[in-house]
Order: sequence, then C-alpha cells, then structure tokens
Amino acid sequence: MRTIDKRGKVSRRGFLKRSSATVFGTVAFTTGAGILLDPKGAWAITLKSLKPETMATLIQMARDTYPHDRLTDATYAKAVAGYDDQAAADPKIKNLIETGCASLNTHAQAMYKTNYVTVGWEEQRVTILRNIDTTPFFQTIRAGLVTSLYNQHDIWQKFGYEGSSADKGGYIHRGFNDIDWLNTAQSAQAGTSTATPGAKS
Amino acid sequence: MTAPFDVNDDHVVVIIGSGAGGGTLGNELAQKGIDVVILEAGARYEIPDFINDEWAAFQQLAWTDTRTTSGSWRIAKDFPNLPSWIVKAVGGTSIHWAGASLRIQEHEFKAQTNYGNVAGATLLDWPVTRAELDPYYDKAEFKMGVTGTNGIPRLPGNNNYQVLAAGAKNLGYQTYHTGNMAINSQPRDGRGSCQQIGFCFEGCKSGAKWSTLYTEIPAGEATGHLEVRPNSQVIRIESDNTGKVTGVIYADKNGVMHRQKARIVAVAGNSLESPRLLLNSESSKYPDGLANSSGQVGRNYMRHTTGSVYAMFENPVHMYRGTTMAGIVRDEARLDTKRGFVGGYELETISLGLPFMAAFLNPGGWGREFTTALDNYDHLAGLWIVGEDMPRADNRITLNHAVKDKFGMPVVNVHFDDHENDEAMRSHAYTQAIALYESVGAVRTFPTPPYPSTHNLGTNRMSANPRDGVVNKFGQTHDIKNLFVSDGSQFTTGAAENPTLTIVTLAIRQADYIASQMKTNTI
Repeated sequence: MRTIDKRGKVSRRGFLKRSSATVFGTVAFTTGAGILLDPKGAWAITLKSLKPETMATLIQMARDTYPHDRLTDATYAKAVAGYDDQAAADPKIKNLIETGCASLNTHAQAMYKTNYVTVGWEEQRVTILRNIDTTPFFQTIRAGLVTSLYNQHDIWQKFGYEGSSADKGGYIHRGFNDIDWLNTAQSAQAGTSTATPGAKS
Repeated sequence: MTAPFDVNDDHVVVIIGSGAGGGTLGNELAQKGIDVVILEAGARYEIPDFINDEWAAFQQLAWTDTRTTSGSWRIAKDFPNLPSWIVKAVGGTSIHWAGASLRIQEHEFKAQTNYGNVAGATLLDWPVTRAELDPYYDKAEFKMGVTGTNGIPRLPGNNNYQVLAAGAKNLGYQTYHTGNMAINSQPRDGRGSCQQIGFCFEGCKSGAKWSTLYTEIPAGEATGHLEVRPNSQVIRIESDNTGKVTGVIYADKNGVMHRQKARIVAVAGNSLESPRLLLNSESSKYPDGLANSSGQVGRNYMRHTTGSVYAMFENPVHMYRGTTMAGIVRDEARLDTKRGFVGGYELETISLGLPFMAAFLNPGGWGREFTTALDNYDHLAGLWIVGEDMPRADNRITLNHAVKDKFGMPVVNVHFDDHENDEAMRSHAYTQAIALYESVGAVRTFPTPPYPSTHNLGTNRMSANPRDGVVNKFGQTHDIKNLFVSDGSQFTTGAAENPTLTIVTLAIRQADYIASQMKTNTI
C-alpha cells in the first residue's frame, strides 16, 4: 500500500506572506511598527492594527482550539494573520478581537493568576475557552480557523492528504485500490450485484 | 455551433437552468428541431477550468448567494446561509453530482399506499408508475452510460469501497457493489474512462462522469436549435390574462434587465430557485405566484434523510483516492415498515478532502476529540446515508422579502423540521453503519450530521389532483398549460435513491410530451 510520509516538508522557518501581515524568517525589524516575534526566532509578524500581545493570544487560542502537535506555531500564526487585516478594515472586528483576547486574560488571571498565553497546561486554557465558546468572539475565530488553518496546502501532507490529483494522472496507477490489510475473507468485491433492486443489470 | 435567438422571438421554448433537468430537456427538444433558449444564472466553465481544490472549486462553482434558513434542522445552526450545496454554472449541479444513478423503486412511487398515512407528513402516490417510466429510464441510462446497465461494466472498487464491502459482507448484507454510476468505466460517447482522480464534487477533470455541460449542451448546440445564455438570472416569468406565460425577465451579469419572449417556459432551477421564481412572478391574475392556485408552490420540501459515518482504522485507507461515491449497500432500501420507520435508505461511500472534512465532520466541533480525528485523516473510511424523508406541508421555500439579492430579488428562506420518521431512520442508519465499520476493526467512529443539501426535492410536486400539487405527470403545471417544471422539484416523494437519473428520465419524457403538444398546437 502506498502511504504518505507524514513528516511533511514544511520548513520550520516559515517564510509566509499574507497581504499586509507577513510572517517571515528572523530578520532585523524596525521600531514603531507592531511586531510579534516568535521567541525561538523562527518567524515574526508585522501588524498594522492588532496589538502584538493580542496576536500572540490569538495564535495560542488557535492552537488550543485545533491542537495538532505536528504543526508549528508558524502555521497557526498564518491561520490567524488575516484577522489583522480585518481589524484594520473594520473597527468592529478590531474591537471584537481586542476585547475578546482581553477577556481571555481576565478569565486566566481569575483562574490561574497569569495571562492566557502563560497558563501552563492546554487543559487549563481549554477550560477557559469552554467558558467563552458561545461568544461571538470565539465563534468568529473558530469559524474562520476551519478554513484558514486546514486550507493551507503545505500542511496537507502531514495529515496524509495528497491534494490535487488530476495533474498526476489520478490514482488509477497510484494506489486507489491498494488496501492490503483487509482479511481475505472480508475483502469481498461485491455481493449479489445482479439482484440490484431498482436497476436493470 | 450556437443558435442565437432574438429576445423578441416568441416561438422559442425558454428553459431556466442548464443542469440535469434543463440541460437534458434543452438537448432533447433541440434534437427534435424545436428552438430553445436556456437561461443559466451562472457562468460557463469548461473541463480545463475545473480545480482539484475543494474551497477554490466551491468558490468557483457553488451557489453562494445568500439564502436564509429556519426550523429545527441542524443546518439552520451550522450553515444558516448555506442550506444547499448546489452549483451555479452552466451544467448546474450535474457538475457536482457524484454520478450515482439509481431507479426509484416501484413501491416508492406509491409511498402513501405502501407507508400509509403517516401523521405530520403529506405523503402522496406519484401520478406516474415505475412501469410507465421504465422505457425512459432505459433511455436515460443509455444516454448517461450508467455502469451495470447496457452491458457497461461496473467500476473497480477503491480502498474506501473495499472497506465498505468487507463490512457489508460481515453484516450479512446481500446487495453491495460499486454502484450504478454515470461514470465511464471504459471509453464511451466520445469521453474517456475514469482515472480514479477523486474530486468528483469539484467537476470531473477527465470528463468520464456525465454532466450536461459537456454532453447534452454541446449536442444540442450542434443542432443549431439550442442557445445557452450564461450569466442570465431570471427574475420573473411574465403571464397574460388568458392564462398563459409569455416570456421572462432576466438580469445579465451587469444587472441589465432583458425580456425574452417565449412560447413555452420550463423552470429547472433546482428545488430552491424554481419555487422562488414562481412565487416571485405574481401578478394581479396570480396574486400568490404562478401555478400556485393550490398553495403548494414551495411546500413539501424534501432533502433526503442524510448523515455520514466516518470510521478510523488502525491502518491507512486513503479514502480520497478514486471516485467519491465508489460503492453502495442497498439492503436497507427495501420496503420494510417494521424497522421503526417507513421508507428505506442507501449506504454509499463518500470521502472529503482534508479541508472539507474539517468543515463538515462535526460543524462547530473543536478540541482534541476533533483534531485527533483529522490527525488520522488517512486512516478514515466513510459512507453517506441517503434515505427517504417525509414531505411536510410546512417544510417549505418562501420568499424572504427582508433580504434581497444583488438584483433586488427576494432570497429564499428554507424552513425544515425533521420528522420523527427521519430521525428514527437516521438513528437506525448510524447504528448499522457503525456496526459495519466496527466489524472490519474500526477503532473510532464518527456519526456526522447532514451536509448542506444536495438533493433538494418536492417543492413543485407532481399530483394527480391539482389541489395536492403543482404539476401533472408530465411536469406541466396544473394551472398554466405552457408552463413546465423540469427539475427535482417535481418529485412527489423523495424515495431513497439519488435523484439525478430520475430527473433526466422525466426530462426525456417531458420533451416527448412538449413536442407532441406543440405539434397539435395544444400549447
């Protein structure tokens, strides 16, 4: 059976561009602009609207909402970077996100005496998220993430998904029927196909 | 070669919509020498334009104009502005369909007789029988090249099918195979054979799957009697005081309105848009909308009792490789009212790519229960439940006058409450499907809620008695002789089968009827 190397080929040093918000490899950066830098130096985001600590909270929230241990923070950063654009374009969105992230910190301070991103265990942060999961803030971020995270083509291989196939000739010679672990007794090709109700054979 | 007709040419048949119903009707009439103008709301793409990328293809092809929802169905919560998943493009939803081509069973044409009077449902017998339709089913299967008919071999089974078949065998099911599919298993009709690409929902890149886009429509255009006008959204159908329709008003892509005159109008815009159009075509003579003296336009909306079950295995499956609907178990589609519900259901393999799996596995779901399912995406197998749902008077399409589209036309509101029969059937199907996969060694199973509806049916239903429905057995409206309905909204009841084959069958038969009526100047 042809299987997929799920280690993938995503560089840890993400060099990612998304409209005005850019996630890039470690570079020198200017003062004045809002910049969020990965503590490990793998990436940074320039921000035009949201506060850097807000973006850091969003990135942690994205990972806690859709935790995949084989995805780097750069992937989550890319998934939420678009909210900076939206916030720049729409004060209501900016307010929704800034107040939403602030409320995460309020919950975190009340429960764990620290801000959301520094709460130690995922389970503790998820408890906070469960407290707010019916709010427009959480619903908006989660709904957006479903596409902005999983529609990143460069992570598909890590899930064993091969993406487009017509350009590779389909799967007719690439394993569409190569399953090899069904018991022989189980891998019946068909039942009484001539007895199909409702169709002439 | 296209045949451009003048907007003032009042001898043409105007068909609204170019999918399985409208596209087929247009070609069938054109082959008889009848001049046809098809007005299609969407753009025209061709096979090279199709994209093997779920969201990109969705943005390209799907009808994403706003709709609204109400009722207790989960779609109203999960996808409040996307009640259906259908195509807005030349070829309509025949671009998106998976290809399953099953005849409605004899007993299903007589749902009221066989199921009895189910409380809270508006069951009726169809005014047409299976025996009357069989010669037309023959023609449709031949036209579409359905596997398992006309000596056409069935497709080979992919990995997803092999898991399904193994489980079906374990459960003692008798009738399971790779389906009756309008997908070439060998070259036929100028189209090649299936390359097991997957992405059947995103438009078939090899053309092996039948779609009106590259079969019926070019065949009709080649006669010189068919013109297809894309980017032409009909806003209303015009009628006169003699009880006839006279033409349609449509908006082109720039929003400029045109009046196309017509001898006959056939509505084939799918079960949401077709009643929308009839309701939006009210006049002083028809204050409740066209063909609506019964008050039935938009009612009895059906969408099949659906759901999916995905199952995770210790070892990989790669369900996405090959045809999306790669096989079927038919045993539960039998007539058997002793299971706690009436009607039956089919189990058909389905697969989604990672992006759509994330969106549809458990809409609104998050956290590790959700993400560990996706971590093992390549170890999943999946099937789709397609069951007969109950027609209900208040499951209906109405005009939402508070929300207008870009042309100022009220959008549709889709109201749906699951009938308790639907819920009992879905529960039974989940139980059976989970047992099927567990018999093959599934380590986790996921009973997945319905997707936005692809099978939209019944909102202009056929009835023997004009009080009970909108159209007669030929799809001709009871009220207006030169107004027809040519899509799945004609369905009296939903049956358990994927509807496209029956839509095509009815369109072929309707073309014969329209031609005969034109010849005798009845219409």
